[in-house]
Amino acid sequence: MKDTILLQVNGQQHTIEADPATPLLYVLRNQLELNGPKYGCGLQQCGACLVLLDGEATPTCRIPVTAVADKEIITLAGLIKNDGSLHPVQRAFEQEQTAQCGYCLNGMIIATVALLKENPQPEESTIRESLQPVLCRCGTHARVIRAVRTAAETMNP
Amino acid sequence: MAFTLFSGCGLAAEQLESPNTELPRSLARHPNVNAWLKVLEDGRIQIFTGKVELGQGISTAVAQVAAEELNTDPTSVVVHIAETGVTPNEGYTAGSGSIINSAMSVRYAAAHARVLLLERAAKKLEVDAAELKIEGGTVTAPNGQQLTFKELLDGEQLTEEVPTSVKLKPKQDYQWVGTPEPRPEISQMVRGEAYFIQDLRFPGMVHARVVRPPSYQATLQSYDADVLKQEVSGVLKVVRNGSFLGVITEDEYQAEQAQRFLKRNTKWSVSEELPSDQPLAEYLKSLPANSQKVQEASFATDENTVKAQYFKPYIMHASIGPSCAIALHDDDQLHIWSHSQGIYPLREALPKVVGLPIEKIHIKAVPGSGCYGHNGADDAATDAAIMAIAYPGKHIRVQWSREEEHGWEPLGSAMIVETQANLDENGRIKEWYTELWSDSHSTRPGGDPGNLMPAHYVEDSHPRTSFGYSGGGYRNADPYYTIPQLSIDAHFFEGPLRVSSLRSLGAYANIFAIESFMDELAERAGKEPLEFRLMHSDDPRAIAVMTKLDEMTRDVELGEQEGIGYAFSRYKNTASYCAVAALVKVVSQTKRIKLIKMWGVIDAGEVINPDGLKNQTEGGMIQAASWTLREEVLFNKQHIISLNWDSYPILRFLATPEVEVVIIDRPNEPALGGGEAAQSPSGAAIANAVYRASGKRIRHLPITTKKLSG
Repeated sequence: MKDTILLQVNGQQHTIEADPATPLLYVLRNQLELNGPKYGCGLQQCGACLVLLDGEATPTCRIPVTAVADKEIITLAGLIKNDGSLHPVQRAFEQEQTAQCGYCLNGMIIATVALLKENPQPEESTIRESLQPVLCRCGTHARVIRAVRTAAETMNP
Repeated sequence: MAFTLFSGCGLAAEQLESPNTELPRSLARHPNVNAWLKVLEDGRIQIFTGKVELGQGISTAVAQVAAEELNTDPTSVVVHIAETGVTPNEGYTAGSGSIINSAMSVRYAAAHARVLLLERAAKKLEVDAAELKIEGGTVTAPNGQQLTFKELLDGEQLTEEVPTSVKLKPKQDYQWVGTPEPRPEISQMVRGEAYFIQDLRFPGMVHARVVRPPSYQATLQSYDADVLKQEVSGVLKVVRNGSFLGVITEDEYQAEQAQRFLKRNTKWSVSEELPSDQPLAEYLKSLPANSQKVQEASFATDENTVKAQYFKPYIMHASIGPSCAIALHDDDQLHIWSHSQGIYPLREALPKVVGLPIEKIHIKAVPGSGCYGHNGADDAATDAAIMAIAYPGKHIRVQWSREEEHGWEPLGSAMIVETQANLDENGRIKEWYTELWSDSHSTRPGGDPGNLMPAHYVEDSHPRTSFGYSGGGYRNADPYYTIPQLSIDAHFFEGPLRVSSLRSLGAYANIFAIESFMDELAERAGKEPLEFRLMHSDDPRAIAVMTKLDEMTRDVELGEQEGIGYAFSRYKNTASYCAVAALVKVVSQTKRIKLIKMWGVIDAGEVINPDGLKNQTEGGMIQAASWTLREEVLFNKQHIISLNWDSYPILRFLATPEVEVVIIDRPNEPALGGGEAAQSPSGAAIANAVYRASGKRIRHLPITTKKLSG
């Protein structure tokens, strides 16, 4: 049975109709047509579906949509400022050409934004720990670490 | 002879500029300029490639070569990837062939377009073509008169055939080729724009899931659609076709719930048992085999003969994004959106499954998550097609679950490689004998419905094809070293698990064996690993990558319990050269393996996009590190049990090595393709490093703490 649910996504309030058990991921992708969070495993094992939930990098593939009604959700697209300019982490990933297939980019960027907010100048070991939940199969790990460093430098010169 | 040289070194540039030899293979099949290149209404250049974008950056590379020949910025080139009826049929995007076939075809077509545009301009402006300049989409005469491409074409396109005599732009004048070019799709991705097949949405699109059997060989007995409809809302149709069972719903969560419900409440009869209780290598060797003598020479065993057996288990492509497809059957036409590596061969395989003639099937390639070979893409497309036929008029989106992708993708074959060699009194290899066992390395669609997994289960079923392409099994089985007497026997079995092409095919296992064995032989000969390889090398380009690697790693100071290992291969013995070193620490108490750093040196001939090649090489090294240290598909009597990232772990950030890659650019040599060069030497380099660090040689992959402790 569908419920009416209020969601705060990317600074806007949305009213959606959904089965309350629907994973947040499906609501974001299919109803709000946000492409950032991706379906990867549905098991919270790969990080493809991360969003910022009250600022924390959180997988959305299992969390029921009703559980986040009072939280602030930011997706990859929501990191872009109103004037169209990119978040420094997005810019760093673009600048460093940090992708092969790019399917994992959402998780990498969201995890990095959360990390740099907590720890603006992370050590490499901290970067690796923060990105540990996010899988990449193409092997772009070295580039991702470089992009995180670039982002940290531009945010805290 | 172990040495198969593809091209000599130092081919003169002039020879390459007007090759007068053969056209690139794809171009020979589609020789008209407009098969590859059109001028758009807004003056931009549209390039058609029959290849698909897999994250290897092919769109950018073809844009670069086209832009170069036409003297225009690559950003004014738009690339249309494979689509039936629209782009050339270039078969599969595989085997590191995108640059060699597609980009080179585009280069020739664009070069001839330049000639034709200049001829047209010469006529219109009444000046000698040699006095005209072509730049940024316009042709300019000495008096300043200008004509755009669009004005020159007057609504037409260039339909002429590309001759073999076409003059290419001299390489010393290159502005874009050979310099890093950003990939425009990365800008889309970081913004969260729609890019992947998973992001496609159509008005009225509905969602579908397939209920897979509990094992490969199973027959559907019964299911209860009525109870399903009581339990799950939004069910539009249950599609049963033989033992194929799918469900179509209004929204995606309903489809997922319906799939889960049917999985629990469907009865199957299972008619096979997998050999889960036997050591796999022994079991596979015991299977009936088709045997092939690949190389024959004399070999005599004596008490000094060095012998070893190496083993590679089944491994997965394991795409991060599970397979997805959309299909629409409307007005007697079947449209499919797929991330298949070969949409034309997929189309050829479909008529018997969907009951439509080939001309009624249209397939458009849309990028998916990286695939690394033949994964579930074609099967998902077949799922969608079967359900679209049963439920016409709506776009039907099929999304595989993680468990389906892990459990049903065609795997990379397990292989056994046994090597023997005799050394002469100077420590040189005198005789070498390899015997290898492998399943097929390609069961790609190729017009055969038996290669589409869902077609195994439909009512008019097409059984799994036996013994597909076997050549991949002995890819790189022939050591790229000077060996006076070399013998190779290959045995092809039909193993228990479904297999197909996985990046580098048999080369990874063969090079793992050869390059591990080279270290074992070097030790026997009392030589250093690189020294021993160089003793057996006479190709200057092979020597160059190994020498460079030696320079890069010579001053590395090893800590306690650390070791460095080396390996080299020339992919397919005719493509890119790659040498890899790995630095490993094995903690002596716990036998914990820490892969600290990897170095790679690659010579891929002419480099189109150096950053693209570097990215591919770094990625290849890291991916192979994961294969080598983590990966092994496990199964029980019924089916595969490696069904998610816990039961089939791949390398994560904390275990990923630092990587450093150097490219040896050879602008005057043919481009050799770089997507699969690094995997093979990476595995062996790690094995050799583990041996150096721990004193224990692991010959059966994956290399784990458990095996080092045992």
